This record gives sequence, structure tokens and C-alpha cells, in this order.
Amino acid sequence: MNSTVIVFPGSNCDRDIAFALEKLKFQNTMVWHKDTNLPKSDLIVLPGGFSYGDYLRSGAIAAKSNILNEVVKSANDGCLVLGICNGFQILTETGLLKGALLKNKNLKFIGKDIYVKAMNTDNKFCNKYKQKQVLELNIAHNEGNYFTSSDHLKELEDKNLIPFKYCDEKGDISEKSNPNGSLNNIAGIFNDKKNILGMMPHPERMVDKMISNDDGVNLFTSLLN
Amino acid sequence: MKITNTIVEKHGLKPEEYSRIKELLKREPNFLELGIFSAMWNEHCSYKSSRIHLKNLPTKGNQVIQGPGENAGVIDIGDDDAIIFKIESHNHPSYIEPYQGAATGVGGILRDVFTMGARPIALLNSIHFGSPDHPKTKTLLNGVVSGIGEYGNCIGVPTVAGETKFDSTYNENILVNAMAVGHANKSKIFYSKAKGLNKSVVYVGSKTGRDGIHGASMASAEFDENSEDKKPTVQVGDPFTEKLLMEACLELMKDKSIISIQDMGAAGLTSSSVEMVSKGDLGIELHLDKVPCREDGMTPYEMMLSESQERMLIILEDNKEKDAKKIFDKWDLDFVVIGKTTNTNNLTLKFENKTIGEIPIDALTSKAPLYDRKWTKTRLPEKKIDIKDLKKIKLEDALLKILSSPNQSNKSWVTEQFDQMVMTDTTQRSGADAAVIRIHKKEKAIAVCVDSSANYCKAHPLTGGKQIVCESWRNLISVGAKPIAITNCLNFGNPENPKVMGEFAECLIGLKEACEFLDFPVVSGNVSFYNGTNKKNIDPTPVIGGVGLIQETKNKINHFLKKEGNIILQVGKTFGHLYQSIFFKEIYSINEGPPPDINLSNEKNNGESVLKLINKKLVVSAHDISSGGLILALAEMCLPSGYGLKIEKPQKLSNLMEYYFGEDQGRYLLEIEPKDLLNVRKILNEDNIFCELVAVIQKDYFEIKDEFKININDLFRSNNKWYNNY
Repeated sequence: MNSTVIVFPGSNCDRDIAFALEKLKFQNTMVWHKDTNLPKSDLIVLPGGFSYGDYLRSGAIAAKSNILNEVVKSANDGCLVLGICNGFQILTETGLLKGALLKNKNLKFIGKDIYVKAMNTDNKFCNKYKQKQVLELNIAHNEGNYFTSSDHLKELEDKNLIPFKYCDEKGDISEKSNPNGSLNNIAGIFNDKKNILGMMPHPERMVDKMISNDDGVNLFTSLLN
Repeated sequence: MKITNTIVEKHGLKPEEYSRIKELLKREPNFLELGIFSAMWNEHCSYKSSRIHLKNLPTKGNQVIQGPGENAGVIDIGDDDAIIFKIESHNHPSYIEPYQGAATGVGGILRDVFTMGARPIALLNSIHFGSPDHPKTKTLLNGVVSGIGEYGNCIGVPTVAGETKFDSTYNENILVNAMAVGHANKSKIFYSKAKGLNKSVVYVGSKTGRDGIHGASMASAEFDENSEDKKPTVQVGDPFTEKLLMEACLELMKDKSIISIQDMGAAGLTSSSVEMVSKGDLGIELHLDKVPCREDGMTPYEMMLSESQERMLIILEDNKEKDAKKIFDKWDLDFVVIGKTTNTNNLTLKFENKTIGEIPIDALTSKAPLYDRKWTKTRLPEKKIDIKDLKKIKLEDALLKILSSPNQSNKSWVTEQFDQMVMTDTTQRSGADAAVIRIHKKEKAIAVCVDSSANYCKAHPLTGGKQIVCESWRNLISVGAKPIAITNCLNFGNPENPKVMGEFAECLIGLKEACEFLDFPVVSGNVSFYNGTNKKNIDPTPVIGGVGLIQETKNKINHFLKKEGNIILQVGKTFGHLYQSIFFKEIYSINEGPPPDINLSNEKNNGESVLKLINKKLVVSAHDISSGGLILALAEMCLPSGYGLKIEKPQKLSNLMEYYFGEDQGRYLLEIEPKDLLNVRKILNEDNIFCELVAVIQKDYFEIKDEFKININDLFRSNNKWYNNY
């Protein structure tokens, strides 16, 4: 499977995601933000980091970069797109995903391991997870507090477009297990067609037991299925 | 402008220093030249009070590639791999403007490391604040922690370890020390020494603004009631630009176009240009019209003294400008040739086709003032307290009080503001004795830690100096690393005060003795004097950053208890030294008496044997016993694991407080599987190392028979409440 990682000035998880993809047998290409051509690929990843320093608003400037036009085109043609952390923020800024990521409820950067529950495994990204499986992933963000209109929130729930919700070790989804104040404990969402996934936790940080755990592996291997 | 006495004084120069300038120039300096002398001759840049003491430190070793004198120290960790690291202070700016002060401290130390060709792989910090009830502490804590965090988080280098301490000695002068560690290919290390005539001097990075003018001079004076006015001397950080600068520099370093490179840190363009040609025995001519400026109308004085961040000076090989510029264009950074190397041995400054300043390089460097300041010895304080005279306290109450005190509380409030995982090689995050970072795509890892013990250093600087080196050595060993080298950040008060100078001199003697004995050389460092306000000096606070090597990452261990039924063995003897202990301080507010004695030969033997046992895979977890003594070390092993311990009573010492809270040095706790106990004892016996069984792992309860039985959740709660309630 071919993957492409878009590198913005200020991206800082580009090397990590590329390393994880290659480890899991993707043929990966890095593409610079000033480029105007995307190589043919099955998966486009917008990595974490602080694109353009997160100046103006997280993801706002990256959403206007050259290469994003191509990403939007590919996404609309059905190409799989994964936005992690800053990548999720960029996806909401482009409008490929609805809603916004506000400042964390405690107004501080949060860097720690959290738990999420796999809520929908009937899709390209999550088919190797078990339904309701609890995963331990890492978050590291200032703005991860997902917010959207009540209509859209209802739509997300009704159409089962929320693959991951923050929970505790046992899988309980509550205000206590919500690290950043996201509506309905949302850690990630799909678009309608479920070919675009945006999520705040970093699955690429969880692909090696020596470093952390391997709860992130199945997100990538699901795509190979 | 006529140079008056007031102008000289405002530049932080003494009258005799000004006379020396006139002698060296054989004329009066102009205003620009005076500014340059002030920037180069201040304590921060010239090390004029510390040089004669620093030269005694051991800086060589089998694994040392580059010792002090460069942007950072370099060590060899085998194969093609080198580790480049340094610690630096940003105390004064952080007190005036905590967020920017701390952020630019991180930015500055990162540049020191990537300037030499290393990709930074870890950040550490040692931060000291005033008493928690001091009105400024909360704001400073918030600002510093978020400043450190945001810079590292944004640039994408994990902040993996550190220490956060509170003491009233820092009420008016906090300490913010940041350490950066990078990895480079041994054959691709870049130095600051200029070589060759008529080589292009290139300015890269951010534009020069009016921020940070005289920052280094500000950091070379004590604070007074007008310190707030010094805010404009604090630089403003932009981690985004630094990320671009780092990537651009590392890209340029892939080929051979750089002759030498130096970051513009303290004293900006002045010190970077002077240092490069001074090392190369050359002169330099700078055309200041060409310096990229943020604002119109900036004067040469401002350009030369600005400490705007995220800038570098590069001396390029001939005909490499075009290719090099392409790289900086790609990253949207300025790249301007602003001058050339010359054979005049002068710093020559041109502006609007006129020579506006000309100073011999050696006048700014080797001929800068050097002081052998008066210093007094500190006598070892006497032991005057009989513990039997103190008001009785229950062991359990003392333990819980200490566990919930600001200095011993769980620090996740701090560390959760840091990205510890970016770069995905952090195998041991903060909260352990040392953090462990795997070398990317390799088997091996490095261990890193920072430590300080200001109260020991204050009580007896010589012993304190030895102790921090030993502490660093023990922390590295406790995670299974072979200690290699250290970097030091020496935070002291006013060196013109003989007592302070004595603290400095004697701490350094202690450092030297311990480093020599343990073969643990100093490869880089920084001195920060004038920490204090209105004649009140801080306690001497040398901070040590240690680096060690783990050959196989999978062999690293930590101090988290692993299995019920396993045995905790203590290596090293307990004598029950309570002077200068956390116990005396927290429970009785007693700050007197000598620090615990350091026996270097015990330290070495105990450490080497422990490391041997870890390498033989006979140790499941390990922890060094430090502040708080045995009982606190045991509790710290329980807290992250959820297991409890059944703790033995002492066999010899009759006083329980001395036994459990004594801070005798050179001790470790090892978790051993029962089947290995005999073997472990045999090896320790052969090495003549004293050990005793102190506890057995059990579920749920932390207990000493007939004394107390605490549920592990209660232990956890008391350790976790302070920051959340602050």
C-alpha cells in the first residue's frame, strides 16, 4: 500500500508517522507543502506538529497551503486521509471534517497517555480492532477540545461517525475520563463516507512495546486488510 | 557621544575595567565599541570570576570527543554515534518575564546542540522557585513551566526529565536551567573555529530586532527594586522559526560547505563573530548595512548587541553560497553574506561605507579581565542536635507529611505540560531516576538526568559538590546505564562576596574530586553568578546533567515494583544521618548541621556492583536512596506500581527515624526475585559490598510491623494532592 505524508513547516511528527508506516510495510513518500503534485497513493497522512507555528489558529495556515488543494481533491475522490493531532486540526480548517478543536478545557498543553474506546470498527481504519476495545494512546496538544453544532453532533452519533471516544482504563466514558473537554468525549471523527479520519491521539506513538505499547498498530494494519 | 562615567557604569563596567579598555585600544572607545566591550567583558560571557577555578575540572576521558570551550560537549557512544549536550541557565530573564525567559532558555540550549551538527533528541530542566506561599511563586511557576513546555513541544523535541523545587532562598531570584541532548554522526561534528582568509560570513535565521539588548549584562548584575524595568532586555522566543532554522542547518550540514558555525546566543552578533575568529586566530569584517533587521532605523549598536533569537552565523567554503542559500530559501529564512574573515586580527565594523568600530579580537577575549577573587572556606558545621530532645512524631505521620510536601509531591502537573513522546524513542519518561532515550533505529540508548542539592552545598560546599556528582552517577546506574560524562550549570550569588566565591570555589573542588574519582568528566557547562537581590544571595545551587549509555535498550530498568513476593535488597550501609535531611527540614524546620558524608570509594564500588548485577539481569527494578532516605525511596518504588511493601525493622540502629529517614549516601534499593537472592548476595559479598534485606513486595499495603499499615491508595493520594490544590 502506498502512503504519502505531507510535511508542513513546523510539522514535527512527520518522521514518527513515516517510521511507523514503513515499519508496518507501507511504501511511503514525504511531500513538501510547497509541492503542487501528489504522488499516487492510497493513504494521505497529515501529521502532528505545529504547522506554521500554529500562528493565527492551529491548522489555519496549513489549510491554505498549495498541497492542500490536491489533498482535498484526492479526498473527494475517495482517497483515504488520516489527520493526527495537528493533522486533525488542519482537516477541520479545510472543511473536510466539520467542527473545530478548541483550547483544552484546563487551558494547558496536555501530554500524557489516555484511553480511548473503539466505537465503530466497521470501516477501513479500524477493522482490526474489536468493537468496544479499550486502547491506550498518547495525546500531546493544546487544542484538542472537539466542538461542533448540536445538529452535527447528533449526526455524528446517529450515523456512527465517531470511531474513538475518551474513556478510562475499564472503558467507562465519563466526564472524568475526558482529558480536554471534547463534546461527548470525542477523540476522533469520520466524514460521511468514512474515508477521512481525524483524531487527536497519536497512534504512531504506540507501535513499539519497547517505547510504549502496540495499541496503535491495528489502525495501520486495518488499512492493509 | 562623549563617554562619561555614568555611561561606563550603565554598561556594567568598573572604572578600572574602563581604564583597561583605553589601554588596550590606546584610545577612548566610541559608544558602539564600549557596548561591545560591555557585552564581551560581562561575567556571563567572559567567565572572568570563574575561569581560574573552572580550569581545574577534569574534562578529558576515553569517551570525550570535545570538552568545554565549544558550543556543547561531545562524547563517543560507540559505532558512528556521538552525543552532544549542554546545560545552561536562563535565571535572570525568567524572573523578569517567566514565559519568554524560560522559552528562550530552551531555544538557546537547543541551538548550542544543533549548531554542532546534532539532531536534538531530549530536553531536560532544573527549575527552582521561591517558597510556595511567596506571592510571586505561582505566576512564575505557571509561566516557566508553560514556557519550557511550549518551546520543546512546538519544535518537536521531547522534554523527558527534570526537577522542580521550592525554597525561600529563590524568592527573589528563581533558577531556570535547561539541558539539551543531541545525537550526531561522529564524523559530522561542526565546530566554531574559523579557518581561512576572505571566507564569507553568513547570517542566517530570524531578523534582528531590538529585543534582548544587553541581556547578558543584565544577567551579570544583581536585581534591585527596579528589576521590572529590565523587561526589554528579555528576548522573545519563536520555536517555529527555530524548527525551520534547525532543519535548514541540519540539511546544509549534510555536505561539506560549512567551515564553522556558531549560534547567536548571549551578546548576539558580537560574541558569535568574535568567538569564531578568536578561535581561528583571524580577524573579521562585518558590513552592518546588510544585517537583516526587523525594524527600520536600527543602529549598529543595536544590531551588535541585540539578543534576538533563532539566528546563526556561518563561515562558508568558497563557491558554496548559491547552494546553501537554496536550502534557507526553501525554509523561508534569511541568508545574507554580511562580511568576511580577514588577517587583521581585528573586529572591523562598517556601516554606510565608513569604518565605525575597530577592536583587536584579543582585547575582547584573551585580554579580558580575569579575577582571582577573594574567597573564604566554609567549616564543616557541628552536630548539635540530640534526636531524643525533639518532639516525638509518628513515623506514619512524618512519612505522609513529607510525601505531600511541595518538593516531594508527584510532579505530573509539570510533566504533563511537556510532550515526552515526540520522536518516538523515549523508552523511559520522567518520574524515574533517569530518562532513557533510544538512539533512533539502533539497539542502544542513552540515560539522562539532572540533579542538585542546594542545602547540602550550602551547609558544606565541598561535600555538596561531591554529592551532586555522585547523585547523578547513581541515577544513571539505577536505570542500568554506564555513566559517561556530565555538564554543569553553576548557579551562585555575587562573586564579589568572598563567602559566595568560597561556596563556588569549594563546590568546584568537590565536583573535581568526585568527577576524577568516578571517571565522570565535565564536557560542557555554564556559570551563572549574581543570583540574588539587594545583597541577599541564593544558596549555592550547582546543577549537574548526567549522560550514560545503555548498550541494549531492552536492558533498561526503572524503580517501579514488578512482582509480589520479590525481595528488596539495600546496597550500602545506613548510619542514620539526619542533618540537612528532608525529615529535619519538613518535620522540625531544622536546617543546621553537616550534609551526609561522601565516601567516593564506596560510591564507586557500590555503583559498579549494582550495574554489574543489572547487566547480569539479576535486578528487576532499582532505585537510588536520596532525599527522604530509605522510607521515601521505598514509597517511591510503590507509587507508580500499585504494589505495597512489608518493610523490615532495623537490626542495629535503635532510632527508627534515623534508620528510615537518614540520608546516608551511596545506597541503592534493588528488587530481586527470590530465586536470585543467593546469587546476588554472593556477588555482592565477593565485591565486599554491604547489603541487607529491607522489604518484601506484597499487595495493597505499605507497612512496617507494629508501626503502621497504609493502604497504597492513601499513599498515592497524599503524594498527588499538593499541585492540584496549589
